[in-house]
Amino acid sequence: MDINTQTAFDVNIPSASTRYKEALRKNWYKFSRNKLSVVGLVIVLAVIVVAVFAPYVAPYPKHAGSFVDYQHANLAPSLTYLLGTDNIGRDILSRIFFAFRGALYMAVLVLVISLPVGVILGLLAGYFKGTWIDTIIMRTTDIFLAVPPLILALAISAVLKPNLTNAMIAVTVMWWPWYTRLVYGMATSLRNEYFVTAAELIGASKFHILFREILPNCLSPIFTKMALDVGWVILLGAALSFVGLGEQPPTPALGQMVSDGSRYMPDLWWMTIFPSLAIIIIILGFNLLGDGIRDMLAKGEHDRG
Amino acid sequence: MTEPIMELKDLKRYFLVHKSGGKQVFVKAVDGVNLTINQGEVMGLVGESGSGKSTLAYAVMGMYKPTGGRIIFKNQDISVSSAKRSLSLKKDLQIVFQDPGSSLNPSQNIKQILELPLKVHGLAKKGDLDKKIIDLLQTVELSPNYMYKSPATMGGGERQMVSIARALATDPSFVILDEPTSALDVSIQAKIINMLLKLQQAKRLTYLFITHDLSLMRNIATRVAIMYLGKVCEMADTVQFFKNPMHPYTRMLLSSIPVVSEEEEALKPQKVVSTGEIPSPVDVPPGCSFHLRCPEKTGLCTKADPVMIEAASGHFVRCHAYAKM
Amino acid sequence: MDNPILDIRDLHVWYRTYGGYAKVLDGVNLFVHKGEKVGLVGEAGCGKTTTMRSVLRILPESQVHTPRGQILYHGQDILQMNQRELHHVRTGGVSMIFQEPAAALNPVFTVGTQITDVIKYSGLSKQEKQKDNIKNLAMQAISEVYIADPERIMNSYPNQLSGGMKQRICIAMAIVTARELLIADEPGTALDVTIQDQVHKLLRGLVEKKGMSLIMITHSLGVAREMTDRIYVMYAGNIVEVAKSGDLFRKPRHPYTLGLLESVPKLTGGGMAEGIYGQIPDYLRPPGGCRFHPRCPRAIARCQEEKPNLADLGDGHQVACFQV
Repeated sequence: MDINTQTAFDVNIPSASTRYKEALRKNWYKFSRNKLSVVGLVIVLAVIVVAVFAPYVAPYPKHAGSFVDYQHANLAPSLTYLLGTDNIGRDILSRIFFAFRGALYMAVLVLVISLPVGVILGLLAGYFKGTWIDTIIMRTTDIFLAVPPLILALAISAVLKPNLTNAMIAVTVMWWPWYTRLVYGMATSLRNEYFVTAAELIGASKFHILFREILPNCLSPIFTKMALDVGWVILLGAALSFVGLGEQPPTPALGQMVSDGSRYMPDLWWMTIFPSLAIIIIILGFNLLGDGIRDMLAKGEHDRG
Repeated sequence: MTEPIMELKDLKRYFLVHKSGGKQVFVKAVDGVNLTINQGEVMGLVGESGSGKSTLAYAVMGMYKPTGGRIIFKNQDISVSSAKRSLSLKKDLQIVFQDPGSSLNPSQNIKQILELPLKVHGLAKKGDLDKKIIDLLQTVELSPNYMYKSPATMGGGERQMVSIARALATDPSFVILDEPTSALDVSIQAKIINMLLKLQQAKRLTYLFITHDLSLMRNIATRVAIMYLGKVCEMADTVQFFKNPMHPYTRMLLSSIPVVSEEEEALKPQKVVSTGEIPSPVDVPPGCSFHLRCPEKTGLCTKADPVMIEAASGHFVRCHAYAKM
Repeated sequence: MDNPILDIRDLHVWYRTYGGYAKVLDGVNLFVHKGEKVGLVGEAGCGKTTTMRSVLRILPESQVHTPRGQILYHGQDILQMNQRELHHVRTGGVSMIFQEPAAALNPVFTVGTQITDVIKYSGLSKQEKQKDNIKNLAMQAISEVYIADPERIMNSYPNQLSGGMKQRICIAMAIVTARELLIADEPGTALDVTIQDQVHKLLRGLVEKKGMSLIMITHSLGVAREMTDRIYVMYAGNIVEVAKSGDLFRKPRHPYTLGLLESVPKLTGGGMAEGIYGQIPDYLRPPGGCRFHPRCPRAIARCQEEKPNLADLGDGHQVACFQV
């Protein structure tokens, strides 16, 4: 008896929704294998929720503005003021919650602008490696990378009016070249892959090759870097606001809070320590999330023995 | 004699390698190859790594512009790079690459991979794109279930079948097979080769089969050509070629093949022992490029490069030993 | 017959992956006697490399689970060894040659450094490890693999050498100190046919000269035929047939061996065989019974339920199939 002669295919093409669910399940498995990634995700989600709903979750929403209450100034952490109050009586916890808004806003805007710019330039330069396109893009990138980032941001913020928008412009200007470099490196090696050659020999357009063949294979490091960068942008924003070039008072910003509090160290330690911890936690959260995304998008996990 | 579909005339492709001293140094990857491939043929082009066989294939595909010589395809000179080739020429000339891992985009599914040629060449209307893709999958004996699979979840054999389906999607008349099965197991190789031969019959294709595997060519090629350091050193009809291998390099190759039966062992040239390695193509030895490894070399071989002669009817060899006769 | 040097008994090795355990090895039995050359033949993904890597315990331990089995080296189970005993086996008993010579050599150290390191960490005595002696041993090993001018080779970096040369260096590293058993994992596969032939002949000659045992892992029946005395044919984590090399090619019995032999393109011509239907199973959900039954042209109902054991046909020829 021969049980292997069935030639007719039993057609069983999974529907779009089952394919989607399966992909989701698999990605979650790869992401969550490292428990720290899940911790990162929880931190990031918590920060986002708190920032978005700050007016509702902050115990004293009014304290985010120009609020003064000398009666309750300089209070150490207690049940009423979980993280204490500052020198003019504002609740530190509420101010941190509101400061998250500016920090995330800045990170999102900086990345929304610098990421596409950097990625597209990197793709072009990498695919046309050795041509004038490559030369112009990459030399320009080199110029931007040659300037120390914080100094450039300081210079721009100083020339323009010091506020959140200008701080963002400053950070954006120095952020895109990193994506260009990252994608450039990947695109130069990917363009030699046979699947790119095959598409060229079929006659596919340059647009197709750049965005359908090459770009999808760069996404893993791009997303990983993006998650890490959110943390870095927030840190840089904090540094700028620490020196007074970011969000202006009375709107709270993390760097500015650390800076203000440092004058009252060590007596009012909570004024400095808690905003600093907030910065650390955000950055840690995004870093862990970045690691998780990298694990999730890593290919070639299924080697057969 | 059938009609030639592809003719390579004194085809050359050099690569510039910079070297200190201000002198330009070239790698002569393909150095004056003449080859005619007839309609409906399976031409086996055999050589070791560094022999220039892949460079030759890539030049034919337009991935490299030839340094010299001409490529004539269907009586039309196509010695230009692929960027300058017409869409209809690209449709007519396709290639299957060696590495099934790298020739399929890992971030696409099979449907996305196979729809590209159909879309680029306007071969399917929106509505029946899916049906076309299922047809393509079935020509390479894959089930429609593969539509949404990703290449990473498939075995090497299946991936190579998808590569073949992609190459055949544009309905070409000439296909280059660049070691399509050398990364695969023999049981899968046998299946793929059988499928390729069936498709060749059904679609009246012409194959240029690039490989290092002489035993494979024994079974499927109509003619075989051997390349060594950028030049063809022997070429003949398959039966003739294996009955009477002439070039010392061919004999060395044949004697090195591991075989599985006594009958095959008897066919191997017994006295030849493999020695030396293929020299770097940057400094090709003077005279006959094979003389360093040749067991039958004479004084002449170190000085003069032999020319291709027809030693027997349809059997060409580039060796001084046969020129004397 | 004396006791085997290496005796693998009922070895099961699983990998942890997404979706559970990949049950790769499913009861492998294999032994090697002193001075014997044994071939382990099978297609990609059949578990031959996994088997041999478990012998040296160089699989990623966090991903590997060994539910059953023993690997006896001179009667001592390698799987139970502590790090010191294991180190002893690795540096003084068993050495391994890998498929990719380019990946096996570190590109930033000279060949000389890498060979002398092998000697430094070997089980040789202090006196033997004197500087001059180390260098002499290294030079001697290089000349043993027929490379002219060992002095120059000692000072070159791997990328200055051709693929064939690199593999010769790997062989030199494997034999530079006395070993009993050499495991060669497809040593010629990445090389050209003529170079492969040279490397194989060299390897066989050295093993015979030094009286070592050899396990040759290969996907090529032809290579196994020319290199070994006895051949194990492996399919999907099982040994399906064992025989003396001559017997295996004269009267192969297992349907898989037959299919494999037929699939090899022959120099005698005669066209291509059909190949073997289907492909190697998914190790997460391997087929029950005989793992080959979904691809087997002679499968019967029993093959789906029961796993065949190796049955002796005399003269050491064993086959795991109900139909034989």
